Amino acid sequence: MAEFFAMGGYAAYIWPAWGVGALVLAGLLVASLRSLKSREATLKALEESRPRRRRRRDTVSATSNAATEGGEG
Amino acid sequence: MHRFANPARFLRIANAVAPWSAGLTVILLIAGVYLSLFGSPPDYQQGETVRIMYIHVPAAWMSLFVYSNMAIAAAVGLVWKHPLADLFAKAAAPIGAGFTAVCLITGSLWGAPMWGTWWVWDARLTSVLILFFLYLGYMALVNAFDDPERGMRSGNILLLVGAVNVPIIKFSVDWWNTLHQPSSVVKMGGPAVDPAMLIPLLVMGAAFTTYFISVALVRLKAEIIGRKIQTLRMSEAQG
Repeated sequence: MAEFFAMGGYAAYIWPAWGVGALVLAGLLVASLRSLKSREATLKALEESRPRRRRRRDTVSATSNAATEGGEG
Repeated sequence: MHRFANPARFLRIANAVAPWSAGLTVILLIAGVYLSLFGSPPDYQQGETVRIMYIHVPAAWMSLFVYSNMAIAAAVGLVWKHPLADLFAKAAAPIGAGFTAVCLITGSLWGAPMWGTWWVWDARLTSVLILFFLYLGYMALVNAFDDPERGMRSGNILLLVGAVNVPIIKFSVDWWNTLHQPSSVVKMGGPAVDPAMLIPLLVMGAAFTTYFISVALVRLKAEIIGRKIQTLRMSEAQG
């Protein structure tokens, strides 16, 4: 086991390399999930504060979204 | 075109794909890490440091793959005004920047024992550093405008201009003298890497690809919701 972690004397280079990789991938994943969660909460709060709007949006959400997006361009 | 640009339809597809790509990422990562650290031999020249390759090379592949996808999305966004294309580029940028950072840092950690230096200003290393700055520049630019449409357009143009860097990175090891070894996996006459090392390398590459798909879907979803929030706030402000 100790021999494995010693990595033939190159432990000081190999483990930081794997550590950086793991840290960046895990960090990006966590940050992305958190940002999605917080935006979902914001959207929910916004829609709940305007119940009239929400009902209209729900019934025609697909077409109205496409239309507004296209209208901007 | 609007039929395909429909965010509601995209979200349905994304929600169906996400669990599969996430599950595949976990399986491939476990297999890849096992094969890289335990299931593969040390190199006859580089000893155990070859294990840095299984992070470094897939990260380098992804840095170019993500950028190329963003550049294609930028072209689609500019030409067809496809709203999801713009948002995809924005969502993918931090992931690409992350892979490029991993590539640079692990390369440095590999260069120190094998080349005797952490860094050289040769064509390969410099062009990858420029790629990293292109990612950062794009991320700064799209957020620098009050009007998101203008930010997206500027960012897309930067991505297209920066795309010349992609072939430069790819061929830099052939065109100029460098410490960096030439391409040994994607080459004429097949890979020059032994299967015992090639397989873990490809598994890690596949794991990074499905990781990118999974995280890009999460980020793209967040961007779409961000747009919705913005539209709602705008209409609220206008009464």
